[in-house]
Amino acid sequence: MKEFFIRNLSITYSDNNESLRNVNMEIEARAITVLFGPAGGGKSTFLRVLNRLNDLADVKEMKGEVLFHGENILDPGINVIELRRKVGMVFSRPVPLPLSIFDNVAYGLVMAGERNQSRLREAVEKALKQAFLWDEVHDRLKDSAYSLSGGQQQRVCLARVLALEPEVIMLDEPTSALDPIATANIEDMLRELKNQYTIIIVPHNVQQAARIADYAAFFLMGEVVEFGKGIELFQVPKDKRTSDYVTGRFG
Amino acid sequence: MKAARSARSKVVETLGFNLLRLITLITVIPIVGLVVYIVIKGAPAISWEFISQSPTNGMRDGGILPAIIGTLYLTLGTAIFSVPIGVLAGIYLLEYATENRWTRLIRIAIINLAGIPSVVYGLFGLGLFVIFLRFGTSILAASLTLSIMTLPVIISTTEEALHSVPSSFRVVSTSLGATRWQTVRRIILPQALPGIITGVILGLERAAGETAPILFTGATFFLPQLPHSPLDATMALPYHIFIISTQIPGMPIQIQYGTVLVLLVFVLGMNLVATLIRSRARKKRQW
Repeated sequence: MKEFFIRNLSITYSDNNESLRNVNMEIEARAITVLFGPAGGGKSTFLRVLNRLNDLADVKEMKGEVLFHGENILDPGINVIELRRKVGMVFSRPVPLPLSIFDNVAYGLVMAGERNQSRLREAVEKALKQAFLWDEVHDRLKDSAYSLSGGQQQRVCLARVLALEPEVIMLDEPTSALDPIATANIEDMLRELKNQYTIIIVPHNVQQAARIADYAAFFLMGEVVEFGKGIELFQVPKDKRTSDYVTGRFG
Repeated sequence: MKAARSARSKVVETLGFNLLRLITLITVIPIVGLVVYIVIKGAPAISWEFISQSPTNGMRDGGILPAIIGTLYLTLGTAIFSVPIGVLAGIYLLEYATENRWTRLIRIAIINLAGIPSVVYGLFGLGLFVIFLRFGTSILAASLTLSIMTLPVIISTTEEALHSVPSSFRVVSTSLGATRWQTVRRIILPQALPGIITGVILGLERAAGETAPILFTGATFFLPQLPHSPLDATMALPYHIFIISTQIPGMPIQIQYGTVLVLLVFVLGMNLVATLIRSRARKKRQW
């Protein structure tokens, strides 16, 4: 089953920065799709199309089609709030909201109108367990999320997304600010989560990309050079540019 | 040779630093001097009678209660009009309005409004509120006039306070399915609130100390009793100071200094509250 169909997607920012050119991709549900390539290739822009977070940025022009459940999400008339609840996002630096741990995780649900305290408590506990954080924070949920370590903060950010029970989780270099152990934890968690969620991730290096990819797309200067199954793409890349990048000849 | 040069540059550096220190000190001296001078000269006049009674004997005796109450009313009245409008306008400009020629024009207007001499506001208030809208010389007209004068300060400090909240909070909140208003209300406003309150107090403080805008719109020379309604005229500290320093022959100098001291305490007190709020918020802030 496919989660997203992306057809001829092109984007230009007002300052003509990091645009996408004619991107075509089909994103498999309940698998990890990795978007990798050198900086400025359009990976983050691509992610921010899928939950329309680009609405906050200065986009000059957006062409093409992105189908999510048969609906073109580039259509200005769609319910973006609903879309963002289904397509969650974790950012490269952990950004806890200036609230308690509990309120951070409950935030999305509260914004969606959930007022029932016991249901909120249940959802928060479940999300924190999924993010392997419950044991570490269950006795101090009222503390500020800023009292946690960087790795814990990033798991709060993940739990915050999980609490909304989304269908897709996007992660934009989620481990770039973390140490190797915290990174390994997050990667393990992603392998676990892909049984329930569609995961789209921008890894922070090629090694990480190869470790976790079911599918992989190589982004270069706004274009998708190559897209395919992870193992094939990393072991026998079809395009010379992909193999040069994967083997570390440039990057 | 090299050692000599570095020794010389060290001397120059020390000299430079001390010069800067001296200049900084010079800027502080007049302010401290002024405050100390007024406290010394005015303190003997301060007594319970002075702040709880009306003037008697043509202002030459008694207290200044009506002026104190009047300034409180005017400050409160100014707050009622200028705070909601100013804060909401600031929120709109920073969180909602897209940057275009129209919003740029509004910003330029706000900056320029802040530079208009206060006597011009007074004449404007006279024309609009006192005469055209028939509020008469009243607390209402004076408060509205002071509000217009205070608005630019409140709008721009509100914008500044909102701007200082990291934009990553907006992105994160939006990505979790919050609407723009939810983001502002739940995340941005609570973080910006101390800054906004500080700006509001500083704006009101200026309004409390102004004479020219209330001169034509609400202040009166002398009232036998306290004002009963917003449509009454009122005495006010700054105007009272003007009156007793220029219009009354044989005015005891002590009462003049005492009145100035009361206004100074009023205004500096507001300033102190603003500073406390800001420093406490800064300690509590996590990001």
